[in-house]
Amino acid sequence: MAITMKTASYKIIRDHDRCIECLVCVRQCSNGVHRWDEDYMCLVSDEAECVNCHRCVVFCPTQALNVVASPLDFKTNANWRKPDIEQIYLQAETGGTLLVGMGNDRPYPVYWDHLLLNASQVTNPSIDPLREPVELKTFIGRKPDTVHFGSEGVEGEFPPQLELDVPVMFSAMSFGSISLNAQKSLARAAVETGIYWNCGEGGLHPEVRPYADRAVVQVASGRFGVSVDYLKSGAAIEIKIGQGAKPGIGGHLPGEKVGPEVSRTRMIPLGTDAISPAPHHDIYSIEDLRQLIFSLKEATEYAKPVGVKIAAVHNVAAIASGSVRAGADFLVIDGFRGGTGAAPLRIRDNIGIPIELALAAVDSRLREEGIRNTVSLVVAGGIRNSADVVKAIALGADAVYIGTAALIALGCHMCQKCYQGKCNWGIATTNPYLTKRVNPEVGARRAANLIRAWAHEIKEMLGGMGINAIESLRGNRLHLRGIGLGPKELEILQVKAAGE
Amino acid sequence: MVVREGLARIPAGCAVAGIVDRRRQAMKADGIVTMISLMHDRSNGLGGGFAVYGCYSDMSDYYAFHLFYESSSAQTETEQFMSIYFKVEQKEPIPVRKNGLQKHAPRIWRYFVKPKVSEINEQDLSEEEYIIKTVMSINRDIPGAFVASSGKNMGAFKAVGYPEDVADFYRLEEYQGYLWLAHGRFPTNTPGWWGGAHPFTLLDWSVVHNGEISSYGANRRYLEMFGYHCGLQTDTEAITYLLDLLVRKHRLPLLTALNIFAAPFWEEIGRMDPERQRLWKVLRSVYGSALLNGPFSIIVGCSHGLIAMNDRIKLRPLVAAVNTEKVYVASEEAAIRAVCRQPDRLWTPAGGEPVLAWVEHQTSKHGSSSLCDGLVREVS
Ligand code: SF4
Ligand code: SF4
Repeated sequence: MAITMKTASYKIIRDHDRCIECLVCVRQCSNGVHRWDEDYMCLVSDEAECVNCHRCVVFCPTQALNVVASPLDFKTNANWRKPDIEQIYLQAETGGTLLVGMGNDRPYPVYWDHLLLNASQVTNPSIDPLREPVELKTFIGRKPDTVHFGSEGVEGEFPPQLELDVPVMFSAMSFGSISLNAQKSLARAAVETGIYWNCGEGGLHPEVRPYADRAVVQVASGRFGVSVDYLKSGAAIEIKIGQGAKPGIGGHLPGEKVGPEVSRTRMIPLGTDAISPAPHHDIYSIEDLRQLIFSLKEATEYAKPVGVKIAAVHNVAAIASGSVRAGADFLVIDGFRGGTGAAPLRIRDNIGIPIELALAAVDSRLREEGIRNTVSLVVAGGIRNSADVVKAIALGADAVYIGTAALIALGCHMCQKCYQGKCNWGIATTNPYLTKRVNPEVGARRAANLIRAWAHEIKEMLGGMGINAIESLRGNRLHLRGIGLGPKELEILQVKAAGE
Repeated sequence: MVVREGLARIPAGCAVAGIVDRRRQAMKADGIVTMISLMHDRSNGLGGGFAVYGCYSDMSDYYAFHLFYESSSAQTETEQFMSIYFKVEQKEPIPVRKNGLQKHAPRIWRYFVKPKVSEINEQDLSEEEYIIKTVMSINRDIPGAFVASSGKNMGAFKAVGYPEDVADFYRLEEYQGYLWLAHGRFPTNTPGWWGGAHPFTLLDWSVVHNGEISSYGANRRYLEMFGYHCGLQTDTEAITYLLDLLVRKHRLPLLTALNIFAAPFWEEIGRMDPERQRLWKVLRSVYGSALLNGPFSIIVGCSHGLIAMNDRIKLRPLVAAVNTEKVYVASEEAAIRAVCRQPDRLWTPAGGEPVLAWVEHQTSKHGSSSLCDGLVREVS
């Protein structure tokens, strides 16, 4: 054990009356927390290594284990809190940038929790989704302003669209950042529930190719895995400009994670770091973006929608509007609560803005410019449940992307240590011993169940509002009311206050 | 203080009725008044109104502007404004009967006008756009002035009151027309303003409507992108603008526009032939924001005839009947039977199935779409 001034964050409580010394916890923990001590012939725990992922607690057959936050704290100080002090210890020891996994966990306001939904009464009946159809079908892609009829019906080619049965998609998570089994689970679930998954910036492994017609394939600044074949095999292409968890910087998959499979899929040498630069080195301005959009469209013969993903930053509305004018068929906005495999802590915690405000600003801006109906808007970054989805659509989104929620469905316990590559739940790792823990069949069932459950709930909420097609909710902010918000926030969200 | 309509959104229930004579024979007001009065309990005295087509046949080349003024300064300002853009042939107060409604009445005037060709050319607009633009500027920019109707050979007569009292107030027995619409309103709080009563009109269109559209916010924000200002905050206004956008501006066949308002369910689309499936995918994805969701029954009048339609799951009542050359539509069957005891045919249109009754010698300029064959019951 390295000598460190940082004390253990968690305390492991083992009930020795219950423990049968089966050593399941020893085998389950990739962090080596549990150990059988041959000298003392007993189980010991190295609490300093514990990340509170609950793997041992869930798998202990006698429920002998519990993990709690360590009660040890520094002298109360409203300015110097425990993490502030511990982060300095760590940096004093390593001299490095602090890394974290998953999205921003700081107590910034969650605007979803300050928005309330409407229901119909008397003047307008609610609709029971068990008796009447309530439609969730959503099309992602460019739409013309109008439709021209000729003698042969609709004139001209209609732009390609993604057809979603539920307005939810699995957001970009590359093979490498998550295990192949985890990716396969999501891909299968997407096929099963009529939605789409996103392969992230990591190419398409041969084993997920069968699900490629439901895949959004990503082109990011590292261009890993990109070939004409790759572009053509997906249902849509997404140019990743920015990510909500780390706006302004690129990505870094450490060489240790680049085993033979990852190396082949990404088309990079074995064991080398996969570094995605901060900007695309062929996009230094908006007209460059337009060129990339159209070269991808050319390469795929205009048969697939090409979208642009940007992080929610201060001037997101202008960037969004520019991207639409540059030819993006759909726009993805990723809020600052979006998850990630690894991000520098300071960047994750301090850069970007909440998706709720970014979405409201972008939708309003695109409407002011009269182009909102021509493009699809997908939002990501901190969507936790079906009510968040409904609120996002009422604020103006066509659909949402979920990443963290999808991983939680596969078993993620939000320990936020994805960057260590030792995920005990077999998700954020490429270690074959650990990745076996996700069974793609079980994973697919769980992820599909989540989508189905949300679909039911969305239908119920829509029916309650007297709406039987999701498009009638899109941008319909009259069905929202704000609670506990200031006048400026209400103005940006363009919603009335509760009671108004 | 009562918030004036336009500053607040007021849900309402209603009675609607319409009659058209397909040979363009003039009818007196008594029929439509009987129909709407029979449904007295569907309104609460806070809004009633009528639209009539064919009432100004001597002046049918002129746009007939019906104006409400809340002050003399509003009138002066409006008349000055109109004199810039129009040649005013005739102007007069609309004759009314003192039956109690006059207590809260605005000044009510009508003008027969022709647009100044030089101005139209100057602004490089079509005549229709020119009229719409003028009407919208009066409503939006002149405080206390409101254009109740602005079509040719038609007029809207509306007030805060029960419809039968409104008919009496406006002395409707003095008018004749080949198409009549009526509305009795049951708002859930006081609109306090005559402009908010139905029918709502734009150019040749007039619309009466019963319902509360839950898609209003989406429809409105969609319309705003195309420059429509939904100042009244009523569903009727939004529906009228949607019709104008889809049929006049986007040149969609009328039936297609109606079918977009009450689009078939995906389940139903799934049973169509591949060509229609494709068509509906296109229409629903492009015009999703024009879908009218939630309960409504609407009757639309125009010089070509009458259209009546329900929402797609029929959450509001609507009955139609034909008797020789006359077509009747109303919220209740009893209203039809009160003026036509034994119609040749009487039916309840299915949800989303439009009823169209065109007048003679005037096949719709809006054309028809093969897309809609079988979805639409054209009255014959
Ligand atoms: S898994 Fe539970 S029962 Fe087994 S050794 Fe660990 S604590 Fe004891
Ligand atoms: S994916 Fe694994 S490492 Fe990442 S937060 Fe979830 S459980 Fe922890």
